[in-house]
Amino acid sequence: MIYVTVGSQLPFDRLINVIDFWAGENSDEELFAQIGRSKNPPKNFESIEFLTPSASDQYFKKAQLIISHVGMGSILTAIKYNKPMIVLPRKHELIEVRNNHQEATAKWVDQLPNIFVAWDEYSLLDLLNSNDKFNVNNDVYVNRQSPLIEYISDSISSS
Amino acid sequence: MSNHYKLRKKVLAVSSSGGHWVQLLRLKKSFESSEVSFLTTNRDCQKEMTERVFIVKDAHLDEKVKLVIMFIQIFWIILKLRPDVIITTGAAPGYAALMFGKLLGSKTIWLDSIANYDELSKSGKKVKIWADVWLTQWEHLAAEDGPKYAGKIL
Repeated sequence: MIYVTVGSQLPFDRLINVIDFWAGENSDEELFAQIGRSKNPPKNFESIEFLTPSASDQYFKKAQLIISHVGMGSILTAIKYNKPMIVLPRKHELIEVRNNHQEATAKWVDQLPNIFVAWDEYSLLDLLNSNDKFNVNNDVYVNRQSPLIEYISDSISSS
Repeated sequence: MSNHYKLRKKVLAVSSSGGHWVQLLRLKKSFESSEVSFLTTNRDCQKEMTERVFIVKDAHLDEKVKLVIMFIQIFWIILKLRPDVIITTGAAPGYAALMFGKLLGSKTIWLDSIANYDELSKSGKKVKIWADVWLTQWEHLAAEDGPKYAGKIL
């Protein structure tokens, strides 16, 4: 199951439209989306405007793949449950977001394992088409902060 | 038993709410053998915590009056607590805490936010003189006369 989320603030029809198109070509895939106050709900899969945090959490846990805007809450939740994730940054000039924060954040988020940034709709389609190659439930994040934790622990004990 | 207790360092962990706070919490394991208190700007942050959490006024660098109030609050907390170590992930409250902490004899640690990929944050650059340990989370930002790289929270 693929879970799509646009966050609790604004709809993100550009993202939903691309996925809807892909879902039409890939009818064997199961998708579910939280789409915000959208005027264009998808035709090829189920969607809902809003979910409570705990309901959303359930979808994160169930999914094999998460697709989202560049929202830190969604990204951290995907990491928490070790799910691969594709993100499409909202663009300020398309009035999808209030500033260009998402594109700036996407730059470093792209460096993280298991998180893939689609810079436009075409790369989003490419990533969707290769999603069977992603690592699912792979604990890539489990010990990543260990070196830093150790360094800070040592700094504290040597004070 | 009492000797072991005396050896526990008193740590004050500081950050603004939001992304900085999330990163600070991912460091919790570092404070396992310390007596840690937290300091932040949003009361909601107290909900998830069993440790003591001090709350101060939220202010950005361009809100001068609120900033002064925040600085006074932070100074007062540090003066009463006298932590051995103050650690922060930023931003403005963290800067204030390191500055006052250094002046009052604490060891100070700055960990620049993982979101600062192109360059160090504004306060991250300014805090150099107050930070005993000055860290960035990106290898390419580490430098001889700059912050060190010691790992990432993600």
